[in-house]
Amino acid sequence: MSPTLTDAGIAATELKPSDPKDGIAALERRGSTAETFGIPLAVLAELTHRCPLQCPYCSNPVELDRGGTELTTAEWKKVLSELAEIGVLQIHFSGGEPTARKDLVELVQHASDVGLYSNLITSAVLLTREKLAALADAGLCHVQISFQGNEPIVANRVAGLKNAHQKKLEVAKWTRELDLPLTVNAVMHRQNLFQLQDIIQMAVDLDADRLEVANVQYYGWALKNRAALMPTLEQIEETSRIVEEAEVRLKGVLAIDYVVPDYYALRPKKCMGGWGRQFFNISPAGKVLPCHAAESITGLEFESVRSNHSIAWIWQNSEAFNRYRGTGWMPEPCQSCEFKEIDFGGCRCQAFALTGDAGNTDPACTLSPLHEKIFKLAETEAAGDQNRFIYRNFAGGTPETDGDHGA
Amino acid sequence: MAGSRNISVSEDSRPVLPRHAKLKFDETRQVWVILAPERVLAPDEIAVEVLQLCDGVRSVADMIDVLAEKYAAERGAIATDVIAMLQDLADKGFLTQAREKTS
Repeated sequence: MSPTLTDAGIAATELKPSDPKDGIAALERRGSTAETFGIPLAVLAELTHRCPLQCPYCSNPVELDRGGTELTTAEWKKVLSELAEIGVLQIHFSGGEPTARKDLVELVQHASDVGLYSNLITSAVLLTREKLAALADAGLCHVQISFQGNEPIVANRVAGLKNAHQKKLEVAKWTRELDLPLTVNAVMHRQNLFQLQDIIQMAVDLDADRLEVANVQYYGWALKNRAALMPTLEQIEETSRIVEEAEVRLKGVLAIDYVVPDYYALRPKKCMGGWGRQFFNISPAGKVLPCHAAESITGLEFESVRSNHSIAWIWQNSEAFNRYRGTGWMPEPCQSCEFKEIDFGGCRCQAFALTGDAGNTDPACTLSPLHEKIFKLAETEAAGDQNRFIYRNFAGGTPETDGDHGA
Repeated sequence: MAGSRNISVSEDSRPVLPRHAKLKFDETRQVWVILAPERVLAPDEIAVEVLQLCDGVRSVADMIDVLAEKYAAERGAIATDVIAMLQDLADKGFLTQAREKTS
């Protein structure tokens, strides 16, 4: 035993659902990297699009699912059972605001019963201590709370909700008192990047285990608000410097995951680890989607868990998932690019939003013929003084006005 | 729980997986996995065997005895390896100390 034990510990394979490393998917390899897709390790369940917050960069589609179309408790339970059966290991309960569902405790309990590791992605503002304790008792494994800033003035304005920040701090404290691990998620943009240093300290003070520093990704609501949110190149360089310094300083105290804004990158992000390769999510109305923004691509039909098909069938065989799998669909410059099996041509939703065709090269890539134009536009917007938001809501968005910013 | 991070593993420790780290056999892929926030890890065979002994009751010294006997290996070598492995897991946040029962 000794010779191998020395090398033991956690094997080098760390399997992150969205990680460039392929982990378990590698065990299921059957063709080129781009063609490989095992059953995802983690699935995102968007229980509802209802949310008390109105963040201008919301990742939900602009066309929100109304409450009446949401899957019922029984339907979600069936989905959870089916996911566990086909080999999904983790379930992320998200939204909208998942705690707006009255059956959340019951769904978390069901996830535990069928052996799924459950993660709550929440704005926290609807939680009480009793509700959080009930979720913990139901087997909830991890809590992720979004923060819009490190103090109430910026944070409540961005969230479009009075007293939101105070409530989040309170819930974060309860989370740790209940011995649940805590991730602080901070979505960053031009109007709050100056607080990053303080947000990192806030995460430490809240005794968080992880901090996600996520730069806004520009489709859907965020694209509507791009001029008000786009950071300057100087801000991004400063951000990277702050994150790198904090990662070293806080090693063993706080793990930091950093999502770089792709507008200022040279190469596109490996979005979702490749379309239909490692991830799917289920919308409030039961659509099975390659990513949470996929419904923004018009002309693609997404199958529902309410159809006669199993989830595994939809994942493996549906037209929408197969459309951008592999490399056959790629146009130039992707087709002859040496990185085509590394970044898979970037993000389909972004390609659609910025070029009108989801099959084009993501313009975030410097090799895209549209890159230069879009980068210049971003620079211009970042330097501009358009700071007003369009708040996210079911009415298609409400512009921020003087003295009334929703908060 | 602040104190549970950065634990120092010794023969007296009684380590246990924290509630957010779950060791489980993945039937679909036929491998052992540790489920953690936003991560799935694949521990190797030996790590799995050691982790299965981490129940918060058994001390590291007891675990070393069990393994030394099972593999008919020299206790000192096993002890060094087991403690190093557990410390590595603890540093990564996948092991904590069993809490002292005070009531």
